[in-house]
Amino acid sequence: MAHVLNEVRRGFYLDSVALMRMSRAIAGMDGVEEAALMMGTPANHEIMADARLLADAGKTAGGGDLLIGIRATSQPVAEAALAEATALLDAPATRGDGAAYRPKSLRAAVGMLPGANLALISVPGDFAVAEARKAIRRGLNAMIFSDNVDIEAEAALKAEARELGRLVMGPDCGTAIIAGTPLAFANVVPRGSIGMIGASGTGLQEVTCLVAQHGGGISHAIGVGGRDLKAEVGGISTLMAIEALAADPGTDSIVLIAKPPAGDVAKAVLEALEIGGKPAVICFMGAAEMELPENVRQCFSLKNTAFAALGEKPTTPAPPSMQASDSEEILGLFAGGTLCAEAQVILRDAGQTVRSNAPVTGISTQDGDGHLMLDLGDDDYTRGRPHPMIDPTVRNDAFIDALARTDLAAILCDVVIGYGAHGDPAGHLVALVSAHGTDTSPVLITSVCGTDGDPQGRAGQIAKLEEAGIHVAPSNADAAKWALAAIGAG
Amino acid sequence: MSDAIKDLLAGPVKVVNIGLEGFEAELSAQDVEVVQVDWSPPAGGDPKLADLLSKLGA
Repeated sequence: MAHVLNEVRRGFYLDSVALMRMSRAIAGMDGVEEAALMMGTPANHEIMADARLLADAGKTAGGGDLLIGIRATSQPVAEAALAEATALLDAPATRGDGAAYRPKSLRAAVGMLPGANLALISVPGDFAVAEARKAIRRGLNAMIFSDNVDIEAEAALKAEARELGRLVMGPDCGTAIIAGTPLAFANVVPRGSIGMIGASGTGLQEVTCLVAQHGGGISHAIGVGGRDLKAEVGGISTLMAIEALAADPGTDSIVLIAKPPAGDVAKAVLEALEIGGKPAVICFMGAAEMELPENVRQCFSLKNTAFAALGEKPTTPAPPSMQASDSEEILGLFAGGTLCAEAQVILRDAGQTVRSNAPVTGISTQDGDGHLMLDLGDDDYTRGRPHPMIDPTVRNDAFIDALARTDLAAILCDVVIGYGAHGDPAGHLVALVSAHGTDTSPVLITSVCGTDGDPQGRAGQIAKLEEAGIHVAPSNADAAKWALAAIGAG
Repeated sequence: MSDAIKDLLAGPVKVVNIGLEGFEAELSAQDVEVVQVDWSPPAGGDPKLADLLSKLGA
């Protein structure tokens, strides 16, 4: 029988990345079935309960307390794991001993940094809106990386920000590039005259990187959060971003990337683009063709959006020769949600039957027949766990299972680099493929979303993958087309 | 466009980082001016009270 042990540390805070790293170290100990170190917020209580890590002792933890949960094969193993967790928490590096002075409040931080113009907020979602509200009232704009924020609270915060004339990016805003500065998950791209707005992180990353790879540059890439264009929020941040880029002297054209907006919101967005007057390209991933103002063009893939922004015709590289397969099935294993969506659109538009845990319009959900495109960064896979772009080990099991399958023709995946991302995702993927070590596996097709200016270096990542026999397409859209070629449908 | 947004887009971006310390390290490495807040959950960790306090300007 499993033994569950909890310990609560009152008034002890560590950020979620540090806690997830420790959780994984403890969960990897012999005899430990599952382990988590989390702040005791209501959302985290739920995650711990679902993971069978919550005993009576843990239920007393509040949002300001650290909650340790361990499930192990025996009581002594659970106690040893708890001792290890305690040792990790008490290590001097964890406690930040010797670090420079840090202000305890936003007010003090603004005092230390005259001219501060952006609060980057990544605290637990239960507290994110409160911090953002303090920031906008102190004159700052806010980028909210945190997720698990109530949508009504988001709408109210954004309405207040609009009144005050501050921009709120997010919640769940993973990517932005402002005045040449990459924020959170973003890539090093040259400055230029294309201004972007994105409700999706990897969508912005892919388009900014493709523009950069083909000689273009970015004025700003403004993230707005995945729900901004829903009816409840009404596109407040998107509309403010359109107005800002339309007035920005450094921006000549505007790109907007999002899931299909709610009807009235789409209308307002198109009107704003028309009033702004600058040439614009929209990509509402999965949407049908729309009626557009004269200065707006619609594209249906991230790749075509990037080329349209550059004013160039997209090039389509011929697929490489690939090992023949009796199978006709493709499995997609994606870290990037919009990269998964783009693959669905390309397969769907080629007449294939597709299913996904994060389906675009016209795609069925996970059950049934067809090529399965999995977004492994979706909430179902990342509740209480790191995102696969930060820690690629979270998609290990999916890859190991897929490589062993003889009924698959191709595995389609993404490698995303840049700030915020893992230090060597290509190396990690190559290690998995090498460990599998047979030539009966499905062909592996990928692309590297990033630039040579990124800390990981795109060229080096591509070289590693190609050396291991992995096919690397120039873009995510091209990778999907190569997968079609692998099943004779390209 | 408001002055606050104009100022942000004109750059340079000056960041108050509240949360993940990795972001502060990456911004510092790019020579972006950034101050890390030594944050812990306010209002004794009660999200509703924290929300109320932020509305009251605390």
